Amino acid sequence: MASLYDRVRNVPAVATRSLLWNPAQKVAAGFFITQEVSMSDYKQMWLDLGLDLTAHDGLLSLLGQAYQDIFLSQKNRPEGMKYFDFVMSEVHGLRVKELMDAKAEGRKVVGSYCVFVPEELILAVNGVSVGLCAGAEFNFDGAEEVLPRNLCPLIKSAFGFKRGLVCPYVEASDIIVGENTCDGKKKAYEVLSPMVKDLYIIDLPQMKSDTGRILLREEYRKFMTKLEDSSGKKITVETLKKGIEITNAKRRAVKRLADLRKADPAPISGIDALLVNQVFFYDDPLRFTGSVNALCDELEERVKKGEGVFPKGTTRMLISGCPMAVPNWKVPFVIETSGAVIVGEESCVGERGTQWLTEDKGNTVDELINNITDRYFKIDCAVFTPNPSRVDHVKEMYNKYNAQGVIHYSLQSCHPYVVESGPVEVALETASIPTLRLETDYSQEDAGQLKTRIEAFRERIQAR
Amino acid sequence: MKAAGIDIGSRTVKLAVVEGGVTILTRKALTSHDPLEAVRTLIRGVEYDVIVATGYGRHLIKGHLDCQVISEIKAFALGAKAIYPACRVILDIGGQDTKAISLNNTGEMSKFEMNDKCAAGTGRFLEIMANALSYTLEEFSRAALSAERFENINSMCTVFAESEVISLTAQGALRHEVALGIHRAIVSRSIALLKRIAPSGEIFFAGGVALNECVRVLIAKELNRSVVVPPDPQVVGAFGAALHAATQVNEENFRLIVRGITT
Repeated sequence: MASLYDRVRNVPAVATRSLLWNPAQKVAAGFFITQEVSMSDYKQMWLDLGLDLTAHDGLLSLLGQAYQDIFLSQKNRPEGMKYFDFVMSEVHGLRVKELMDAKAEGRKVVGSYCVFVPEELILAVNGVSVGLCAGAEFNFDGAEEVLPRNLCPLIKSAFGFKRGLVCPYVEASDIIVGENTCDGKKKAYEVLSPMVKDLYIIDLPQMKSDTGRILLREEYRKFMTKLEDSSGKKITVETLKKGIEITNAKRRAVKRLADLRKADPAPISGIDALLVNQVFFYDDPLRFTGSVNALCDELEERVKKGEGVFPKGTTRMLISGCPMAVPNWKVPFVIETSGAVIVGEESCVGERGTQWLTEDKGNTVDELINNITDRYFKIDCAVFTPNPSRVDHVKEMYNKYNAQGVIHYSLQSCHPYVVESGPVEVALETASIPTLRLETDYSQEDAGQLKTRIEAFRERIQAR
Repeated sequence: MKAAGIDIGSRTVKLAVVEGGVTILTRKALTSHDPLEAVRTLIRGVEYDVIVATGYGRHLIKGHLDCQVISEIKAFALGAKAIYPACRVILDIGGQDTKAISLNNTGEMSKFEMNDKCAAGTGRFLEIMANALSYTLEEFSRAALSAERFENINSMCTVFAESEVISLTAQGALRHEVALGIHRAIVSRSIALLKRIAPSGEIFFAGGVALNECVRVLIAKELNRSVVVPPDPQVVGAFGAALHAATQVNEENFRLIVRGITT
């Protein structure tokens, strides 16, 4: 388990760049070539998982280039980001090998697409929780053979990866957990079902009512039984408390990171902080927590010294809206190359997914399930109606992180967030919070128009 | 001091130079497949002390001219405010973008809306439709204005709208009535943007499409609001960039320039 961590610790400070993907080479391990790891090991592992190696190589080379351009080209990055660079470089390599090793030990790998899937329960049966690939415009042609064209890119991406046989996580998953958040996902799972070995659906309430809460609790109970049956392990107060503890520690670490971003100058770029929040979904939780805390130690020093990634006084933006799954970095990249810095994400990949801890007090599994239900029921996803706490939370974050503007990010055809963006904008502008609404997909063709809007928004804020 | 502004749009490149309160030079050229060359040709022999770039190609030029850049939204806001100080609502319809901008009481940009990534409802849309009906742009607007009724165009996608136009003419629809239908379609898009950012007030209409009389008339009629078109609506962005350039050199001089232009 510790092998990846040890490797990272042993990587010399300047070595990360030398690990870069070299386009001249035919095969990539993870994003980048590492000399220590035998290529053939991964190749065999990918073949065993049923991946399409040619397509997979193509995907990794694209990602490697994007990673170079977007992340490694940044100035004044914290040293602590090297761990995340390494994790990304091995996202399809060592981390997948760890999953395969866990499976060999009889542990279950549970893949999911949503922050309503409780990791506490998965950990309580000693399972491994992983977020599945849904953040790139890959094989949309293949996705559109079974789905309509005008569906949200996140769903199309999940199908593109699955049908293109390039996501080792989905192939390694023993159970894939779907959830009926939006209509798009709900119906798409019906199409996905015959393509995967074990698809389990959690029914989610759509209103924050007493009956809604009961539904969520019963669904989590059922999910618990499903995990117990699948793993052959009984969930006890001890194992569940352990699961809560590990998950809470992970959340505390990213909350600590969020807190450090209040400083001006910002000690870390928004895109690096987003990356940490993205890695949250598939890294080993203990190692992740340790690495985020190590990063935060460094950032605390930076804040004390008044050091940052951008000059003091750089325009501060808060992002609010749809999740940005790996490697969906388009909008944050445009923002931070347009003279602004992102200081927080009101998003599933961000505070909406991590801000609440699960209460760990309780003497029975039932009490702990109640605690878990209470925790997840607070998530202010736009599938709920009405959803007033979300606006409150955006305002709270705007003040807390000393933001100067809110960029509302909607994925095209994501009806819950696109519709909600109107009232959210009105509420924020009424509270004198400058707001820019963007609606986009995973393609790059609108990058120029996005840049124009974002620059004009920054100019508007600066003129205040 | 001569301050220049260059606006590199998707269809045309515009240059404006201001000195001592007056615009001393404006130039226009097609952007073509090589915007950098178009810019070089446009500024050849032009004297200026400072230059600011705006428009879709601003970042391309930035490295070559060693100049500051501002977004075209800000450039239009600055230009419009200087030309028409009472202006609080700006509509700019260019080659591939439509922008609606509102200004606050002091004339600072307060809110803007822009079309999505497709060219629906922009100058390019009009160009393609005029072509589909074998009109020049001038004839196209005049023909539409002469129609007493219109053929409804349902599709806002440039490609679909073009096939809709072709099927209408194949069914024997009158060309000028189709032309009016097309103008109404583009106007409906702009109106939606305008209503969102500024439900009332006079509209300052700029950008290449402001040269189209029919679009101007239809907007005024549909919204029952007056629409002001400056003498040369295409150079408002370049003019705004030039004004911004002037502020980069001398605050005092800038005031003189603005006063000179507006009086």
